[in-house]
Amino acid sequence: MDKLKLMKTANEVRKGIVTSVHSAKAGHPGGSLSAADLFTYLYFEELNVDPKDPKKADRDRFVLSKGHTAPGLYAALAEKGFFPKEDLITLRHTGSYLQGHPDMKCIPGVDMSSGSLGQGVSAAVGMAIAAKISGDDYRVYTLLGDGEIQEGQVWEAAMLASHHKLDNLLVIVDNNNLQIDGEITKVNSPYPIDKKFEAFNFHVINIDGNDFDQIDAAFKEAKSVKGRPTVIIAKTVKGKGVSFMENQAGWHGKAPNDEEFKIAMADLEKAGEALCQK
Amino acid sequence: MSEVKKIATRESYGETLVELGAEHEEIVVLDADLAAATKTGLFQAAYPERFINCGIAESNMIGVAAGLAAAGKVPFASSFAMFAAGRAYEQVRNSVGYPHLNVKIGATHAGISVGEDGATHQCNEDIALMRTIPGMVVINPSDDIEARAAVRAAYEYVGPVYMRFGRLAVPVINDRPDYKFELGKGVVLREGKDVTIIATGLPVNNCLQAAEKLAAEGIDAKVINIHTIKPLDEELIIAAAQETGKVVTVEEHSVIGGLGSAVCDVLSANVPTKVLKIGINDVYGESGPALELIEKYGLGINGIYEKVKAFVS
Repeated sequence: MDKLKLMKTANEVRKGIVTSVHSAKAGHPGGSLSAADLFTYLYFEELNVDPKDPKKADRDRFVLSKGHTAPGLYAALAEKGFFPKEDLITLRHTGSYLQGHPDMKCIPGVDMSSGSLGQGVSAAVGMAIAAKISGDDYRVYTLLGDGEIQEGQVWEAAMLASHHKLDNLLVIVDNNNLQIDGEITKVNSPYPIDKKFEAFNFHVINIDGNDFDQIDAAFKEAKSVKGRPTVIIAKTVKGKGVSFMENQAGWHGKAPNDEEFKIAMADLEKAGEALCQK
Repeated sequence: MSEVKKIATRESYGETLVELGAEHEEIVVLDADLAAATKTGLFQAAYPERFINCGIAESNMIGVAAGLAAAGKVPFASSFAMFAAGRAYEQVRNSVGYPHLNVKIGATHAGISVGEDGATHQCNEDIALMRTIPGMVVINPSDDIEARAAVRAAYEYVGPVYMRFGRLAVPVINDRPDYKFELGKGVVLREGKDVTIIATGLPVNNCLQAAEKLAAEGIDAKVINIHTIKPLDEELIIAAAQETGKVVTVEEHSVIGGLGSAVCDVLSANVPTKVLKIGINDVYGESGPALELIEKYGLGINGIYEKVKAFVS
């Protein structure tokens, strides 16, 4: 792992998020930014995928169960070369293939349409079972929000995943502690998240999800686990990287105006320059 | 009167899955703790490694089926119509329909012929729900022979399919050498010039019997079997309406949103025709033996006969 390179890439992904959401005048920057380091690690370090052959049979699969953070996924896919970065500004525009939530029919690199919370994780379980039936050795990854795990379907899927001993499945929970209506602890607390997944017989890893050293260690550990699925509970900062968005529930699903966009991009430019000094 | 062979279409479904399983390795069957009732247990016994019992979790089952399809499998996901189309409606809509994944939903125990279990398990709304989903094929076979053909046609078709099967053993009515199942094509079972009865599923047989009674009274009824509700055989329906001037629809389903509504959509836009919709009249079912409920809710031979006679006169 080249940590500095990943940090620089993540900063570019964050610029893509802010740029696309600003252009769309709508979208979900908060949870896209919190997971930007996870998206970056997945596409630049972990997943066996090929932007030139997005549907190659033996690719690892990624399902963005928290589909509203599509801007984060799209920015990472564009950075990786699945489609032109210039297209990011068409996000949510009428006629654009970059739909508000991931659409597998028209977006290169998207393995599953998602957005209705709680459903992506079931599809990921289905993909992992398919691999087991066929004897394929690709792995399946899915990213959930911490608010999303309030959906009962998540636990239906978790129960089946451990019943089938899906050690080719890695569930990641982006634990940024905020959902639309506020702090998850005030809306309907899902804590303790780790104990819940333990009770569902998952191997559980708790990390700081904005720290590449910890992300790297967790993903490596997950790969070594046999006979059961793994969940990484990634503690993150919602809005990470944009000063006025950090830890603000209000930025869950709101686009920056022109002035806020300038400040956000200035924050990210500054962060990028600081990384170049390293 | 000679004994008519009776088979429940859920049996036809389960047995055909086993046949298809032998022919196609990519077929995977899912159930939600109703394998004995939906008859997917037959597939489980034959191919346990390709059978996934999701337990009592239908929403997840549909999502898992979507993932299997996205990974190249051809999943047949089964439960009662109430849970497959009802509880898991949004999963079918968003995880299967929207990405147009190759998932087949085998919904058994549809309609009031569920019988004694009563209203909570008698789904009279599934056709309405499923036909509103863009790209979804909706099939409701009338007997064993049609159900077997439907399952094979569903496999051959690439894309989401909803198949509706019954719990009750029903007479075999399509046992003839020239029987052919074509997705989206209605079947004229009886010619007639006074009225067209368009039926789907379980009541098709009763419509044929009712037509015989009507004939004895000098009313010549044409009978069409619509096994595929979506895509609908509009051409056949329009032509029949033009020929007979009056149309009756019959279904073991709510009169809201099912075959009757689909037929009215087509006719109102093409050949405005007086239509009588026979079905479940915006009420819940109740407990009772299936055959008694079919009579009570107006889907028996006499019920259909009386209503058509009054409508035509």
